[in-house]
Amino acid sequence: MIRKALVSLAAMAALTSTAHAESGWHLLNMTQGVTDISRKIYSLHMLIFYVCVAIGVVVFGVMIWSLVKFRKSQGAIADTTMVHNTKVEIVWTAVPVAILIAMAVPAANTLVELEDTRNTELTIKVTGFQWGWQYDYLENGVVFFSRLARDADAARRLASGVDVTKIDHYLLNVDKPLVVPADTKIRLLVTANDVIHSWWVPAFGMKKDAIPGYVNEMWFKVDTDKTGVYRGQCVELCGRDHAFMPIVVDVRSKADFESWLKSTAESQKQASAGASAPQSAPPVAQATTPSAG
Amino acid sequence: MAYDNHAAHSDSAGHDAHDDHKPHGWKRWVYATNHKDIGTMYLVFAGLMFFIGGAMAMVIRAELFKPGLQFVDPMFFNSMTTMHALFMIFGAVMPAWTGLANWQIPLQVGAPDMALPRLNNFSFWILPFAFTILFCTLFVPGGGPAGGWTLYPPLVLQGSESFPMVIFAIHLMGASSILGAINVIVTIMNMRAPGMSLLRMPLFVWSWLITAYLLIAVMPVLAGAVTMLLTDHFFGTTFFTAAGGGDPVMFQHIFWFFGHPEVYILILPAFGIVSEIIPAFARKPIFGYEAMVYAIASIAFLSFIVWAHHMFTVGMPLAGQLFFMLSTMLIAIPTGVKVFNWTATMWKSSMTFEPPMLFALAFLFLFTIGGFSGLMLAIVPADFQYHDTYFVVAHFHYVLVPGAIFSIMAGVYYWLPKWTSKMYDLGLAKAHFWLSAIFVNVLFFPQHFLGLAGMPRRIPDYAVQFTDWNMISSIGAFGFGLSQLLFPYIIWKCVKSGAPAPSRAWEGAHGLEWELPSPLPYHTWETPPTDAMIARGAEH
Repeated sequence: MIRKALVSLAAMAALTSTAHAESGWHLLNMTQGVTDISRKIYSLHMLIFYVCVAIGVVVFGVMIWSLVKFRKSQGAIADTTMVHNTKVEIVWTAVPVAILIAMAVPAANTLVELEDTRNTELTIKVTGFQWGWQYDYLENGVVFFSRLARDADAARRLASGVDVTKIDHYLLNVDKPLVVPADTKIRLLVTANDVIHSWWVPAFGMKKDAIPGYVNEMWFKVDTDKTGVYRGQCVELCGRDHAFMPIVVDVRSKADFESWLKSTAESQKQASAGASAPQSAPPVAQATTPSAG
Repeated sequence: MAYDNHAAHSDSAGHDAHDDHKPHGWKRWVYATNHKDIGTMYLVFAGLMFFIGGAMAMVIRAELFKPGLQFVDPMFFNSMTTMHALFMIFGAVMPAWTGLANWQIPLQVGAPDMALPRLNNFSFWILPFAFTILFCTLFVPGGGPAGGWTLYPPLVLQGSESFPMVIFAIHLMGASSILGAINVIVTIMNMRAPGMSLLRMPLFVWSWLITAYLLIAVMPVLAGAVTMLLTDHFFGTTFFTAAGGGDPVMFQHIFWFFGHPEVYILILPAFGIVSEIIPAFARKPIFGYEAMVYAIASIAFLSFIVWAHHMFTVGMPLAGQLFFMLSTMLIAIPTGVKVFNWTATMWKSSMTFEPPMLFALAFLFLFTIGGFSGLMLAIVPADFQYHDTYFVVAHFHYVLVPGAIFSIMAGVYYWLPKWTSKMYDLGLAKAHFWLSAIFVNVLFFPQHFLGLAGMPRRIPDYAVQFTDWNMISSIGAFGFGLSQLLFPYIIWKCVKSGAPAPSRAWEGAHGLEWELPSPLPYHTWETPPTDAMIARGAEH
């Protein structure tokens, strides 16, 4: 009911702003995402949403009916004896219990699946720092930092005078994206150097806090045909530049990924052999390894 | 009982109004021990904090009107979100409830005053000092607290020179709340008029009794948590520092063990108020009085076993996540019972729509929407998508603004004619209602969309696709903020030049407070109410 009204409202608004090429009026709902888990989460979300809508239609319906019908100005006379009714009260306690159980079962099943980090094929350590991410392909020796793209970094300064709408993926673009293969169960080990951060790409349907001293696990497996670039942001307040540490994941086919990994590993090796200093200056003071874990 | 002490005065009950020995001038307020004066001070203070906290929200919404940073530095933005929460929770909503408790509980249970009047004075006068300290943090080097009101370490430990001031202010607020809660419990347990049994008490009194126990249970937990932060920062302890063997997640557990009952401290008295107002304007007793009492008690109990649903993404064991998901879902049952009982109270009633009723009805609809999004947030896999996005911001603002704030306004509009013996401008109050009810939805409903589309909370700048709904939300915020200026104006106008109101200001109003004459004598119920008065008041 509410949703329909809002969708039509949004449609109206969209019509009036056709000049605005990349309008955001259509952004009303969660993404279905590109993994099996993200789609399961999406259907759970829609299920609980429709359950709420159904309850809302009934409850708000009765309320609105009462507001229309039982008005003193319409001559309604209050039935002051109606103060208690055990039968009705049992019904409206039992029915929600049944609905909740019906909701809890699929939710628990999805949760169990989500937390199953066995049989992963590739492990990447993700370290949050103020303010960016470090990606470490543990089995392949590829390590790099990923930070907000330069153009956005300049534009986001206070009163910079730059029209941020002209910037490519403003605040959702990085210098070096995380590159992963599709159709591969990838395990991320998530931790942090300084304060708590949180790693989230909505299209993968998972979010985990990066906590200093902890190594959290999460996994995702992108559909074979869903190669492409996916974007997210840090979602745990982490200080001044919390809004400016995006996450970009470049999902490639397995073959493309292998060749990227090989060439990157080689160039990193050469760089570190050529100069004993790290191949590129880390963006912050030497990213130390997390203190525990 | 306590009334014996007042036997000497009881013969003057007929002309109370003439022997109000109240001190005059500033002494009346600084040395106040009268529950009505202290109640007024609490409410005025809460109003002031509401506008300061609201001004901070305006800064936030102005910066978020467009992408890019236009007005403020990110650090100042972060301190605005932090301070907005602290001012609204500890400065506006909690003192407003204590103010309403001070005014109403003695009147409603037939007591001459609060049980501990000097403690009452102390618990109020702590607050201006606490909030002066907190406000002054904005002017110290490094600016105000910017780690969020949840004070998560390690971030909060990076705090500027404001850090110890914030901790001290929180200690003061906690002490004030605990003292206020003690006073409420002692008053309700010992000062009820003869014949006012527990199950004849008005639901507002019940809701506050349970709230007071929650306060006493959890405010010391917060005090412990922030003290550990203080020693971590200054005295070399490592309670929450992994490098020293501590655990940053432990802070979150301790904080939310306080934090979730705190959420209900903010909302339970609202349930009480709405349960007073809907029957009054429906001209029909509350449906299921006892069920309402038990529902509040169950919600209060459950509030102690659901805390970790605020932190599903920290990496808890599967069993923990399942437990907190199921316990959280259970809350929907007593909450549902309450909503159904309010609805049943309206069924076959005879309603009129004066301002208190309008605010109570808006509460009923909009709090329920906040309840729905709460149920959605309980579903752990879905929460992994919602967590720390604007969906959460929308959820808790729906339960706090049209939930707690609207019911405070409903309560003020309901009892103002009793407090002042004058009627306010009903037309203007209705305008205040409609502007608030419309703008609050323009403000917060689009935030659901933003959250689902992936906008994180607590960010001063955002990706351009979020612009449109942020603009709408900001427009709603400015409209809502401006509309609130009507509220103090309506009250001021009522006090200044309102038409005299009858002692039972609303046709369907029941309860001991309406048995008292208007204007209210400075001291009330020096002789206890008669059985007939109690019976009339307890028609539920």
